[in-house]
Amino acid sequence: MTLESPDIGRPNIDVSAGPPDAAAADMPLLRVEGVSKKFGSFPAVDHLSLDIRAGEFFALLGPSGCGKTTLLRMLAGFETPDEGRILLGGRDIAPVLPHERPVNMMFQNYALFPHLSVRDNIAFGLKRAGMARAAIDTRVAEMVALVKLEGMEKRRPDQLSGGQRQRVALARSLARRPKVLLLDEPLAALDKKLRESTQQELMELQRRLGMTFIVVTHDQEEAMTMANRIGVMNAGRLEQVAPPRDLYEAPASRWVAQFVGDVNLFDGEVTSHEHHRLTIATRDGGAIVVAVPRQPVAKSPVSVAIRPEKVKLSRPGVASDASNSQPINRLEGVVTDVSYLGGSTVYKVKLDSGAILRSSVANTARLDTDTYDVSQRVVAWFTSDDCVVLEQ
Amino acid sequence: MSTRRIFAQPARYAAIAPYLWMVLFFLVPFGFVLKISLSQTAIAQPPYVPVFDFTEGWAAIKAAFAQLSLDNFKLLVSDNLYLSSYLRSLIVAVTSTLILLLIGYPIAYGMARLPQRWQAIAMMLVIVPFWTSFLIRIYAWINILQHDGLLNTVLLALHLVSSPVVWLSTDTAMYIGIVYSYLPFMILPLYATLSKMDPALLEAASDLGASPQQAFWLVTFPLSLPGVGAGALLCFIPIVGEFVIPDLLAGSSSMMIGQTLWLEFFTNKDWPVASAAAIALLALLVPPLLLYDRLQRRTLEGGR
Repeated sequence: MTLESPDIGRPNIDVSAGPPDAAAADMPLLRVEGVSKKFGSFPAVDHLSLDIRAGEFFALLGPSGCGKTTLLRMLAGFETPDEGRILLGGRDIAPVLPHERPVNMMFQNYALFPHLSVRDNIAFGLKRAGMARAAIDTRVAEMVALVKLEGMEKRRPDQLSGGQRQRVALARSLARRPKVLLLDEPLAALDKKLRESTQQELMELQRRLGMTFIVVTHDQEEAMTMANRIGVMNAGRLEQVAPPRDLYEAPASRWVAQFVGDVNLFDGEVTSHEHHRLTIATRDGGAIVVAVPRQPVAKSPVSVAIRPEKVKLSRPGVASDASNSQPINRLEGVVTDVSYLGGSTVYKVKLDSGAILRSSVANTARLDTDTYDVSQRVVAWFTSDDCVVLEQ
Repeated sequence: MSTRRIFAQPARYAAIAPYLWMVLFFLVPFGFVLKISLSQTAIAQPPYVPVFDFTEGWAAIKAAFAQLSLDNFKLLVSDNLYLSSYLRSLIVAVTSTLILLLIGYPIAYGMARLPQRWQAIAMMLVIVPFWTSFLIRIYAWINILQHDGLLNTVLLALHLVSSPVVWLSTDTAMYIGIVYSYLPFMILPLYATLSKMDPALLEAASDLGASPQQAFWLVTFPLSLPGVGAGALLCFIPIVGEFVIPDLLAGSSSMMIGQTLWLEFFTNKDWPVASAAAIALLALLVPPLLLYDRLQRRTLEGGR
């Protein structure tokens, strides 16, 4: 496999050739500047800005209708922004038609040409680029090997399984060696097992080719697994752009905390601010002590967010075994629901205030004696560092 | 379970219906025509011999069988009139079908790209002429094309011609009539294939570097070929046997096979030759039908 050589017989504009100005040298590969797109009066994408570096595996994550696909389609050239600029390698690509962009897209339902064989589907883009016949044959063979479809070259799309079609679509979009590969829900049509193995393959491929991948997905697990950075979109705006870990452990907003993973939220007011900790008077959980966030909290009605796996349970009266280096918040309540999920067990604890707190306990031992039953009284506790303070 | 039994019996009978229909209204009449085509003309009622009379016993039937001959078919291939009629029918049908394709494809393509709610209206406009009798519409064309008709009036008013053009009783008038009458049959199957095509395919083509023209010729057109085949056949076959339009609009110098058939049947009262001509016409139309069927099957199998 010799995919590292960046040569391609592409007659279309080559964005890498001669940056227009010196500033472009440290420009990100792709820059989205204040881009807006309206459909009728509905703002699908709303003054969105985003930088994506070369070689990144970037995921756009959001619920359906949040504008992530519209953004992707603007990058591909199928939609034109109403406002703002899209710069690829420092150049505005607004006037560049889709068939002339050094960007390729893998479509959600693959959009394979039903009348063409696997080989001709993969070769389609190469022929349009005016590549020599022999070079096309070499490249197609390379792509077929890359996605492990040897022996299937003569088949038509309707003679392939869903997983094989997905690979043909991938090979077809990679064949032209685009600067950026856009993937629209690339795994949505696959079943769970196949999705997991394909995720790994996509990651490996991206690493090996050193290409920039931008994937649109509504599946947060998929985004977390594959991407270096994730942009969470909501109502046409980016709520947060961060590596998966930061997104989960340090969500920027209440919306992100709720959208990514599971979370317990306590609404309240900041009552005291001592040097390293805040005390927040919450309606449902009493006074909760939290570590002072890196970004100061400006507005006073705040929410305290705690992930369920950070909430530990113990029997009332039993001293917890945590170190005393940081303050511990203790809330008492009654177990109302136990969901055994295999790797973990989720307890729902009804606090004395009436609020429900979820706690996820990892089942680290096969014969676990430390379990709780429904209607058992427990103490739910968590450290101040495990809390995140969010403005409402 | 009980519901299944309720529906099972009528469903089984319903499955026989198309076969029954075919036997009653196609195979049996076809048998009659075939038999008449092998008979000889006679001044009698019916105007041919032999007539099978099943009441006169076995020997009479055998004698009647012996009288059947292929003479009428020999006449068809030896007489120039029939050969030239067949040839003219084929030329007219092929030419008309090509014109229909050239006019119908852009219309169907445009319809398929209209916003959804306009598509229904466009569809209505294509079908609306059927609300008027076919014959009346052809007579309307006679009116438009005659010496002082609408077309000549307009052409004279625009100074495009200096004296009225003779349209009626020409091949041009016939082609106008045929193309006008058969256009819906070309548009509808084309529209059906074009409108169900996934627009993402064109985006994919564009994404892979195809210009809009390339995308059309490399993706849209090949994928619309089943519609092209269906539309062409739907027009070609009835045009070959067309009688009314050439009779009313074309000149009398050369005839299509439908006209020749009519002449033999009603003017010459030569039922056997007319039947032979009809059988030969059917034989002529079977090869393109089989070809289409094979092509269709190959597309369905996906070129294995």
